[in-house]
Amino acid sequence: MAEWFVAKASEMADGDRRILTAGKREIGVFHKDGQFHAYSNTCLHQGGPACEGLLINNVVDIVGADRLYHGQKFGDEVHFVCPWHGYEYDIKSGECIGDRKQKLRKFEVVRRGDEIYVVA
Amino acid sequence: MDMPRNETRPVRFDEFSTPKHLEHASEQARQRNYQDFLIIDVDSHHYENENYAEVFQYIENPVIRRDAVESAGRSTGLLNTQVGTQNLAGRITRQKGRRIEKPRAAKHRDIGMTLDWMDAIGVDYACLFPTPMLFLGAHPVPEIEAAMAQAYNRWLCDNVLAHEPRIVSMLYLPFNDPEASYRTVQEFGDRKGVVGFMVTSPRYKPVHDNAFIKTYALIEEMGKTISFHAAYNWDDRALSMTNRFISVHALGFMFFNMIHMTNWVVNGLPERFPKLKVMWIESGLTWAASLAQRLDHSFMMRTSDCPQLKRKPSEYMQEMFYSTQPMEMPADLSILEATFKMIKADTQLVWSSDYPHWDFDLPSTIYDLPFLSDQAKRNILGGTAAKVFNLPTKPVKKIP
Repeated sequence: MAEWFVAKASEMADGDRRILTAGKREIGVFHKDGQFHAYSNTCLHQGGPACEGLLINNVVDIVGADRLYHGQKFGDEVHFVCPWHGYEYDIKSGECIGDRKQKLRKFEVVRRGDEIYVVA
Repeated sequence: MDMPRNETRPVRFDEFSTPKHLEHASEQARQRNYQDFLIIDVDSHHYENENYAEVFQYIENPVIRRDAVESAGRSTGLLNTQVGTQNLAGRITRQKGRRIEKPRAAKHRDIGMTLDWMDAIGVDYACLFPTPMLFLGAHPVPEIEAAMAQAYNRWLCDNVLAHEPRIVSMLYLPFNDPEASYRTVQEFGDRKGVVGFMVTSPRYKPVHDNAFIKTYALIEEMGKTISFHAAYNWDDRALSMTNRFISVHALGFMFFNMIHMTNWVVNGLPERFPKLKVMWIESGLTWAASLAQRLDHSFMMRTSDCPQLKRKPSEYMQEMFYSTQPMEMPADLSILEATFKMIKADTQLVWSSDYPHWDFDLPSTIYDLPFLSDQAKRNILGGTAAKVFNLPTKPVKKIP
């Protein structure tokens, strides 16, 4: 395992990301809501660039206590979306939203001063 | 030996390049050595509406042509369309990206765009179909469908097929007008790159109508293929009960082809046209395996309903061709293996990408299946389609 330099933290605004090529691996590094997250950039579906699509909040069906449907809204969970086919992943866990038993490989992110590294 | 690399790059949404978008597909192609594999894509698309200014000029009737030109660019005009956010509310980024893309230099932009993704994925030959025109079978005026089909077919032959041997097509049949359909086969059957004729499935003309018999006979005589390309019609009375795109898509893309297949078999068309090559496109595979079993089951009790049949319905169905995409991928692959067996996949299944649409498939969907022999993979990915379409068998692509 080695530490791979990603970027200076001060150069990654909230919502920014970088795609790191570490040897033969591609890793997506996100900065979102004050935290850094790093995942394999290979979608579990057909191998698309999973970390290179939209960041978008989850969609929620609003169902009341009366069990009636009242429309839809965006929820609080942030997803990143594979741009090939739309597979969505939870930015905090890397879980695949369609089947949470499946996860993208997660990598440790280390901060040294202003510098961000990924351990891979 | 590969040296470790350490590079970083930002993700940009203000630029788009198909080879970059498909870089991971190219990597798959290199890893699996597709360069030595003939790969033919029997179902891919372009967006013909981006060329309507050119296509409309091919409309023969001056009244319809003026109508088309005058309504161009408006959300309501001469042509029908369908509700449906195919790009998943922007989650699929290539639909927007293509507007700013600069493809390779070619005789026509659509040729450059098509060759770019073909090489990136590893495709040697691609059968190209339109996109919005997949809904044209639901147009209320058969005369408009016929005029538009003729114009599009002429435009495609002149501007794309004539210039690029790696791109072929099964041309649009204006099926709501049987006479125009017949004339279409007469006019275009011998044009360069025309490997067959395509019926868009969402429509309400029964395929066993006597009005179509001479068209089938002519296609059979020419040795071409007739295909039924699935799509949905959200205005259909049954499908209009669904409220989400996932629902109308999942059902609609099977629904019309199940009806056409049932009519095709029950009315004995395989007996009347034993040499006619019939292909079912973009319905996935499970529908065929399911329908074959249901028809066989009922057939044994109701042979009098289909007296032309000399064999079980499934046996006729096993002589037709099926495109793979969108190929259902159950967690238990033995289910998929059984489906392959039901349709005699080794000789009847032909790979398709549906690129650039939202649910495209890569060749790896077939190549990576553990239960297929090497020969079966070669047949499905290109060998069978080469025979059906009479295409060269030497790989010609240039994987980046």
